[in-house]
Amino acid sequence: MSDDLYQRAILERAKAPARRLDSPSASVTVDNPLCGDRVTLDVMLENGAIAAIGHQVRGCALCQASAAVIAATLTGQALAAAGAGRAALDSVLKGGAAQAPWQELAIFAPVQRHKSRQDCVRLPFEALAQALAQAKT
Amino acid sequence: MGFDAATLRAEFPLLARCGVHYLDSGATSQLPRAVLDAVVAFEITSRANVLRSVHRLAEAATEAYEGARGDVARYLNVARDEVVITSGTTAAINIVARSFGDMLQPGDEIVVSLIEHHANFVPWQMLRDRRGIVLKVLPLTADGRLDLSALGRVVTSKCRLIALTHASNVTGAVTDVASVVSAARSVDAKVLLDGAQRVPHGPLDLAALGIDFYAFSGHKMFAPTGIGVLWARKALLEAMPPLLGGGEMIRTVTIERTIWADVPHKFEAGTPPIAQAVGLGAAVRWLSALDWPAVSAHEMHLTQRLLDGIGRLRWARIVGPAELQGRIPVVSFDIDGAHPHDICQILDGHGVALRGGHHCAQPLMDHLGLAGTTRASLALYNNEADIDALLTGLDDAAARLR
Repeated sequence: MSDDLYQRAILERAKAPARRLDSPSASVTVDNPLCGDRVTLDVMLENGAIAAIGHQVRGCALCQASAAVIAATLTGQALAAAGAGRAALDSVLKGGAAQAPWQELAIFAPVQRHKSRQDCVRLPFEALAQALAQAKT
Repeated sequence: MGFDAATLRAEFPLLARCGVHYLDSGATSQLPRAVLDAVVAFEITSRANVLRSVHRLAEAATEAYEGARGDVARYLNVARDEVVITSGTTAAINIVARSFGDMLQPGDEIVVSLIEHHANFVPWQMLRDRRGIVLKVLPLTADGRLDLSALGRVVTSKCRLIALTHASNVTGAVTDVASVVSAARSVDAKVLLDGAQRVPHGPLDLAALGIDFYAFSGHKMFAPTGIGVLWARKALLEAMPPLLGGGEMIRTVTIERTIWADVPHKFEAGTPPIAQAVGLGAAVRWLSALDWPAVSAHEMHLTQRLLDGIGRLRWARIVGPAELQGRIPVVSFDIDGAHPHDICQILDGHGVALRGGHHCAQPLMDHLGLAGTTRASLALYNNEADIDALLTGLDDAAARLR
């Protein structure tokens, strides 16, 4: 059924206050052309590690929660951890497990059965990839 | 004649079968038995290509296809050779943007509005970039209707076409066509209406509207997908160059040159959607037999129930006009603190089918400062239980999402 998408873990992440970074190393905005959702993601790199992530989402609860999980997971992590995020999400959306440090992505397991909503969760990861590529150049 | 809502609803097999409260007819309507039967009957008795072969099946197919054109013409009160069969509204508008557009000069102006579906916005932007025409945008009033008081300022002597929605797919507002036609005539401009949302809600008299082009889709008016109509005045169709070249649209082809077929075939290159056209013909015959004053009263009764119900929710806001006058039964709303897709997902859990998002009207959403709206779009088969299920589901969605 649809309702299990809106379990407490996703809604709590979605409703948590989001914040932008004042002076990020890179900042990108990406849109979902199908629904008009928009994610802005800031990254701050220091000494080859991710010092902070800021975000702002004009989108659904799944999109907001996904951005919040990225920020919570990656703050203080090495750059390599970011690259593993998409693979971890793919695994969760196929019914598998998520490797550390991405265990929290397990909250999106119910999205596996809602293909039309999977891009909602993926959009912040697209923003993350673009922001990191921009920050490294 | 005579009208009974339950009897009418029972003519739609899907609604009887799946029990969904279907409030997404603005996206695609359901099919009545009469249309399904006509399509199946055509495919098992008359399937063949049209306008070429002489065998009996081809004769029957051509008769069915051209018969459908005649049915549509009668429904619209226009001549049958002014009815161009297309794949839908988008194709119909693009034909005008390319073919009529090819007759325009740099600096000529086309007026659209802020509330247009992308299908009546993007083709004109493409024409602007291709031909150097100027695209002007009619603003909206505070309650989300076209601001027709701006016509005098926006429509200048350089205007060649005013292309507007007949009824908004977001707000349900119906356009006052007479004012638009009057403004166009004062500068000798043409008028195109996007009728995709208007056609399921009652017969039309295009001759009386005084317009030049009308575009609509079958799948929003109880006909199959992949079929639509461009109606245009014959003199315009004759003056306009064809868009696509190929079969069906020629009279003579030599190595040196091709002579086009007469209208409307000039605009129907390739094998047309024949069975879909037969379905469209069946749909307009079925629509023509309905007691429309009673159907409209039923639709407006349900719309009032919906507007009243949403009006009572302190966390919800109607997007667009909140009254029955000058509207179709399409209602968009915004729920404070909840995203349309999340609302639609939870409503799906209640068996209610809605549409959430930008509704292919991003310029309007930007103007409103919204990512999207939640939309309930009704059709003649809906009932009070559909509206009540929606309102109950909205209470649940708000409790969980806000």
